[in-house]
Amino acid sequence: MNPDKPTAAAAAFKELKERAGAQLTQLTHDKTVIMVGTATCGCAAGALEVLQTFKDEVKKRNLGCAVIEVGCMGHCYAEPMVIIRKPNSPGVCYAHVNPVIAERLVNEYILGENPCPEFVLAAFEPNDILPSFQDFPRSRYEQKIILQNCGHIEPTKIEHYIVAGGYIALAKALEASPENIIEEVEKSGLRGRGGAGFSTGQKWRLCRQSPGNTKYVICNADEGDPGAFIDRALLESDPHSVIEGMIIAAYAIGARTGYIYVRAEYPLAVERLEIALKQAKKLNLTGAHILGSDFCFNIHLFKGSGAFVCGEETALIASLEGHAGMPHHRPPYPTTHGLHGKPTIVNNVKTLAYVRHIINNGADWFAGIGTKKSPGTAVFALAGKIVNTGLVEVPMGTTLRQIIYDVGSGIPGGKQFKAVQIGGPSGGCLPESALDLPVDFNSLKEAGAIMGSGGMVVLDEDDCMVEMARYFLEFTQRESCGKCTFCRLGTKQMLEILTEFTFGKGRIEDLDNLERLAEEVKAGSLCALGRTAPNPILTTLRYFRQEYEDHIRLGKCPALMCQHLIAYYILPDKCERSCDACIGSCTVEAISPNKKRIKVIDQTQCVKCGTCLKACPPQYNAIVKLTPPSEVPNDNSKLKNQISKPQIKSKN
Amino acid sequence: MTKDKETVMLTMNGQTITAKSGTKLLWAALDNGIYIPNLCAMRDKPEPEAACRLCWVEIEGRQSPITACTEPVAAGMVVNTTGEKALKLARTGFELLMASHALDCARCSANGSCELQKIAKVLKCSLKPKRFRQLLRGLPVDESNPLFTYDPNKCVLCGRCVWVCRKHVKSGVLGFAHRGFERRITTFGDEPIGKDCLNCSACVKACPTGALTMKDGKKKTDIA
Repeated sequence: MNPDKPTAAAAAFKELKERAGAQLTQLTHDKTVIMVGTATCGCAAGALEVLQTFKDEVKKRNLGCAVIEVGCMGHCYAEPMVIIRKPNSPGVCYAHVNPVIAERLVNEYILGENPCPEFVLAAFEPNDILPSFQDFPRSRYEQKIILQNCGHIEPTKIEHYIVAGGYIALAKALEASPENIIEEVEKSGLRGRGGAGFSTGQKWRLCRQSPGNTKYVICNADEGDPGAFIDRALLESDPHSVIEGMIIAAYAIGARTGYIYVRAEYPLAVERLEIALKQAKKLNLTGAHILGSDFCFNIHLFKGSGAFVCGEETALIASLEGHAGMPHHRPPYPTTHGLHGKPTIVNNVKTLAYVRHIINNGADWFAGIGTKKSPGTAVFALAGKIVNTGLVEVPMGTTLRQIIYDVGSGIPGGKQFKAVQIGGPSGGCLPESALDLPVDFNSLKEAGAIMGSGGMVVLDEDDCMVEMARYFLEFTQRESCGKCTFCRLGTKQMLEILTEFTFGKGRIEDLDNLERLAEEVKAGSLCALGRTAPNPILTTLRYFRQEYEDHIRLGKCPALMCQHLIAYYILPDKCERSCDACIGSCTVEAISPNKKRIKVIDQTQCVKCGTCLKACPPQYNAIVKLTPPSEVPNDNSKLKNQISKPQIKSKN
Repeated sequence: MTKDKETVMLTMNGQTITAKSGTKLLWAALDNGIYIPNLCAMRDKPEPEAACRLCWVEIEGRQSPITACTEPVAAGMVVNTTGEKALKLARTGFELLMASHALDCARCSANGSCELQKIAKVLKCSLKPKRFRQLLRGLPVDESNPLFTYDPNKCVLCGRCVWVCRKHVKSGVLGFAHRGFERRITTFGDEPIGKDCLNCSACVKACPTGALTMKDGKKKTDIA
């Protein structure tokens, strides 16, 4: 390498950083900064109204505060979230902010001295008045690497990212040789975060060694799992970290063109990526002669049209080439025959986001985190029956119990934990006995689940495992591209069997049929979609077989979820005569009072929508679900005869 | 195809066979008189389709069966096309196809030349598998072409007709549409098949089943 070049890159970056720092200081120095989390989770909870309120108030009163939009901190349960940083005070994070609270915060904290502790989630720095994030039990387990910047920087300002330590790794990488970069990444033990966990360094090496001058880097941002939203949050909150990872990857393998394949269903991520790419180009962090070096690299954005199968790398490449998004047989792998037949690496968003940290802190630092075979951190999207829904980043090897109970604060409503679904439709349901499993790629695989894209859906006693398997099969069956026999027809056959189970029409021999077919679809399918689609069935059969048998033999759904196997019943001794809430709420007029004004459900009319159960006032709590439906006491028919003319009263 | 003309020797079902290096196992087997069930494989296709999932074989040293259409021959390879594991997968694949095939051999003009019948014989499978539920799609039969009939309910989605139509005839009338269980072979915009067709009947000749059949009752083998 030319010895002049490295210094050129470093010098160019130094200048860039100084300029960014100066710009940012001008904006925020000695000012109160109000940060509103406006990632999709925040927007959905009403963050845009809050943002507008702050902007209006600041303008109206001429406060001179900076109001900026930031991404998602991972505390999705507490959205909309606002951070207020006053000069010389700890930064304070507020939860569940609405326009009214926003106005109060302006009046009392920004104009006054009262930090309004009643709305505070936590302060960032330990202090005498407010609790800080360090006091949370989850802080004992959390170790933020790729989520470090999320919610703390303005994703639409590259200066903010640079000041926070961004693009240093790129400048550093450009001084090293591509081989050194690959060596470093390989030594760190980084494994692909897209699900399969293939060694990233090895993938890069294979691609670098493939003959040819034209090579491609593709960032796989086609996050399609129901229940996973990590890539979205990352792209919306810190897009430059992914872009920086891509540039370093391109430098390492010798690519000049890169694509980000992002779902069109993530409009905000697309918007923020577009801005980020423009800014990076403007500062010569992409384009020709990056930071004055010999290295040239351009990134294009490609919007996928929402096919789950396009997350599979060969289907993704086909889609990028303009063909139907259908996978083909591997080998040849994309590292030798990828986009347009050229060597290509396809890396997940999260994988690329780790790269800069490995370059900055060294391979040994990364390898020292997590477990030996799965170094680094694991990022999960907590969803379902869990108190703290949102994103969590913990070192690999943290147990499921710690993630669910200590970080996620357990199950709401005092319900009993039943299972945790990891890895979306390709993953599996793990029972309580697996809770002490240290989570990493290998342990999850052994237990029958996969890391997948990091979706973690917690299920409680009210969730039926047969229905869960059916739900995921319905998803994979619908998303199957239909190319190969096993996936196209096998998933359909399995879905038919599962649907019969939830209708109480299954036969006991279907259990073995289902298990055998699931194993065969796993072995026989062309791509990873088909090969992992049976996982929800196989794990639920492995851990919850009794529940399947109850459905088939007894026509019973123990979780009271499968509509065809339950009946709603009003307990006569609990029903309050003067209350007609259930009658008013019934959508099909199936409830009427008997002579004693005790309400009775006509089972032949009932559509099992469950509205009456919700309407029955908690002080009476008279409506219950029964399974199987034959559990409804026989005197119901007797009662029915006594029913006087239905009196339909509206609730109002 | 490969430019390397070197031949390799391998063992298949105990028999020593030779094949050009780079050839896929399926073609090596068929060239040496060993039949492996297959539907979607086309010899001139640069990349195997690998969609029908019937050509399973067992290779010594490999844990699970492998599709013969995707695996190139290698010197000293020991292949068994009749291993129990491979046959089990092939049977399941075939039974899945048959469970969604509108079976009507008596009135089907492909009767006798149908590859499904041939495969059923080789795999010792019934054409009417009891293991799976019959899942038919009930799609309309297209009679619009003057020469042939297209019955999508008998189609196994091997894609041979699409390939010959695009690559050989360069017409591209046929293509795949929809996904998952709904996937089917149709024309652009689902127009009647007779509308833009050049009437060469190459697709009928390529079709391994009764999905595409001549109206005059001519057998596929008799089509010029």
